[in-house]
Amino acid sequence: MSEFHRKIERNTIRFVLAIIFVASIGGIVEIAPLFTIKNTVEAAPDMRVYTPLELAGRNIYMREGCYACHSQMIRTLRDEVERYGPYSLAVESQYDHPMLWGSKRTGPDIARLGEKYSDAWHVAHLYNPRDVVPESVMPAYRWLLRNELKIDDLPGHLRAMRDVGVPYTDAMIENAAKDAFGQATPESDAAAGVTERYGAATHMRAFDGNAGRLTEMDALVAYLQILGKLTDAAQKTEQTKIGE
Amino acid sequence: MIARLTVAERQSALLILIVMSFLGLAMAVAGRGTPFGLHGFLVIAASIGVGIPLLRKFYAPEPNPAQFEQYYDDPTKVGIVLAMLWAIAGMFVGVWVAALLAWPDLTIDAAWASFGRLRPIHTSGVIFGFGGNALIATSFHVLQRTSRARLPDQLSPWFVLLGYNLFCIVAATGYMMGVTQSKEYAEPEWYADIWLVIVWVVYFLIYIRTLARRKEPHIYVANWYYMAFILVVAILHIVNNLAVPVSFGGFKSYSAFSGVQDAMTQWWYGHNAVAFFLTAGFLGMLYYYLPKRAGRPIFSYRLSIISFWGITFMYMWAGSHHLHYTALPQWVQTLGMTFSIVLLVPSWASAGNALATLNGAWHKVRDDATLRFMMVAAVFYGISTFEGSFMAIRAVNSLSHYTDWTVGHVHAGALGWVAMITFGSIYALVPWMWKRETMYSARLIEVHFWLALVGTVVYVFAMWNSGIIQGLMWRTYTDSGTLAYSFIDSLVAMHPYYIARAFGGLLFLLGAIVGTYNVLMTIRVAKRERAQSDGGTDVPSYGRDPVLQAGE
Ligand code: HEC
Ligand code: HEM
Ligand code: HEM
Repeated sequence: MSEFHRKIERNTIRFVLAIIFVASIGGIVEIAPLFTIKNTVEAAPDMRVYTPLELAGRNIYMREGCYACHSQMIRTLRDEVERYGPYSLAVESQYDHPMLWGSKRTGPDIARLGEKYSDAWHVAHLYNPRDVVPESVMPAYRWLLRNELKIDDLPGHLRAMRDVGVPYTDAMIENAAKDAFGQATPESDAAAGVTERYGAATHMRAFDGNAGRLTEMDALVAYLQILGKLTDAAQKTEQTKIGE
Repeated sequence: MIARLTVAERQSALLILIVMSFLGLAMAVAGRGTPFGLHGFLVIAASIGVGIPLLRKFYAPEPNPAQFEQYYDDPTKVGIVLAMLWAIAGMFVGVWVAALLAWPDLTIDAAWASFGRLRPIHTSGVIFGFGGNALIATSFHVLQRTSRARLPDQLSPWFVLLGYNLFCIVAATGYMMGVTQSKEYAEPEWYADIWLVIVWVVYFLIYIRTLARRKEPHIYVANWYYMAFILVVAILHIVNNLAVPVSFGGFKSYSAFSGVQDAMTQWWYGHNAVAFFLTAGFLGMLYYYLPKRAGRPIFSYRLSIISFWGITFMYMWAGSHHLHYTALPQWVQTLGMTFSIVLLVPSWASAGNALATLNGAWHKVRDDATLRFMMVAAVFYGISTFEGSFMAIRAVNSLSHYTDWTVGHVHAGALGWVAMITFGSIYALVPWMWKRETMYSARLIEVHFWLALVGTVVYVFAMWNSGIIQGLMWRTYTDSGTLAYSFIDSLVAMHPYYIARAFGGLLFLLGAIVGTYNVLMTIRVAKRERAQSDGGTDVPSYGRDPVLQAGE
């Protein structure tokens, strides 16, 4: 072995190629099949895409680093299912570019947070978590109520999402800014289009409690209220994998 | 330093800076009023910041050709200082972040100063800022000595070092402004990613070009690791960061991958960032500075080969141990677990090889804190890889995942291994670089050593405790078959450990500050001594610096 190796280590290019070859195998074997094997991701015909407002909220979630403390992946373990709800399926994050499964639970898992609390609870909690849960170590996000939400560039965001494979229609892209406004301002003319494009079950309300202003709080709460609700595939499939 | 560049190199440098200023200007205009635009201004400011000293010496005469007979160490010197400064910055933010988990209101009501934005500044600051600069600086040194060849030119190493630091600064300031892809250890957005690719290609070319000119028939072990570090990090970085920008005038992009495929790609990246950034590169350091300092050859050449190829091959399979019991198909989880366990063999082969090298030099370990840093690093390398292989077992991971146990494991590796080997190597390297017999103060190295060791032990024990308690509380049932503890109960139980961790971290940070002071004072004293002795030129390193050959 040493003799053979002494040959390789005398030639830079050979050594470089050997490293690339040896290091590539693992990734190719483990990742490539995930794109081709069909049952890697379950079928969920009822799966809907994020509305522009929810997508904006998701971006705020990433911007503020909520993922550093919250997971969105309930594992196939009995205690997790009892604590947080049905375990997460691959399809549930199918439209998540990137996924936000997380790796640390300083706070609880929030994969099934949608509709667990009222909007007002979320607003108060995000404004100062210790007003609501005195023991909390979560940061206070007061600026979310102060900051106006930027919506004019949302069509571009939806288009980029379509480029990476999310089925947004032309109408959704064109109306993205209007739809974001409409979802949080249900009395306005802009509201009708939202349910038309994203379904009647879409949450339509002033999430931050103030219909007069569209804030970052509106977007983030809209996103939190949809967590785990894009499809009910997890509720419908039998949870047979627990403990596996 | 600039006067040591040739006139042609100075001209090329100016050209690069002008091009960069225009790129910065384009960014500033396209992203007016957004973080993207601010980064444009940052690029302009950085170009001017480097440009001014360059212009000052622009018309200096051609350097004395005698310098081309010597190794080129200026970038290494600057890289060492930068690494120490990043260590202080990154660890300061680490202590702050640790304090926030104990006292969440210990911050101001500003978005940039909240936990979620500071945390990536800590991780990138220590891994890329501190670790990366240390790797670049030492790799240039090791590469030249073990090849007995000078770097191919004097401009490209500067481009790599300064360009890399620009990347780090863009990353850190970006997080403060909320610019992040949210992928752990790959948070910087598309434009920073592209810039890093350019820097990295130049880095790789320096390696190849220097090796091509080497006067040693063999490529020394340390260089295998540095090369694996450079090559594989490039592959990982490019694949994991594939994304579609919303526009070329804004920072935001959407990852090409989603859901389960993204999770696997991200942790294939993430785990191998550990393997090839935090392990391979630092093993390169270990394989050069430890034998050198101990004055003994590497214990076994054969073990070096086994561990090198074992690590290069097997780590790449192990990423899925970050995704046990998730929606990732089980066959991938099983593969990841299996390879993670076998990975212990090459890992311990490396650690054992390092410790066996010290055989016969234990008296030096006792007396010399620098060598002790390296010895402890090898021990912690053994501990954290054992722990890692253990945590990769699915049943164990069901407890440890999502808890502070992971954080404990991370810092056993990060503090005990990565930071210790770096400090040891820097203490060995600084006197060589500045042509002195010793560091400014051996006592302060000793102080640093104990601060670092105690800090690490306090940190790691605090996190082991909190992690295991947390994991157990989450899964404990009452007799009547309901969950015994609410999430808040577990949160309250963490509080004392979070305080202990912040304290341990503070000790470690103090150590880093002491070390930086020692390095800066060594440089100062060396300069003063040289001014006094008036022997203004560098002593050639040829001949004086025997090349260390891997031998059985
Ligand atoms: C420092 C870590 C940390 C960060 C960062 C963080 N959280 Fe939390 N979060 C917690 C902790 C701890 C709790 C549990 C105590 C509580 O309810 O406040 C929690 C609870 C929650 C809850 C209640 C979950 C439930 O089921 O009761 C929600 C919702 C939430 N966080 C949302 C967010 C959002 C949105 C962000 C980002 C803007 C965020 N968190 C950032 C630590 C964090
Ligand atoms: C002064 C010493 C340090 C302190 C006080 C410190 C503190 C912390 C804290 C509080 C966290 C967040 C943990 C959490 O979210 O629960 C963290 C994460 C992290 N730190 Fe440090 N740190 C220190 C040094 C280092 C060094 C030197 C490195 C690397 C070389 C490092 C690498 C990391 C990494 C990789 C993470 C992310 C861990 C994960 O996501 O699981 N740290 N650190
Ligand atoms: C044989 C070697 C090793 C193996 C098998 C291993 C295994 C593991 C496992 C199983 C986890 C937990 C994943 C999870 O549950 O989320 C982990 C996390 C981690 N390890 Fe290791 N480890 C090894 C060596 C190291 C070393 C030497 C370091 C150096 C610093 C390191 C740094 C990390 C980091 C930073 C994480 C946290 C990732 C995150 O969640 O953000 N590991 N490792």
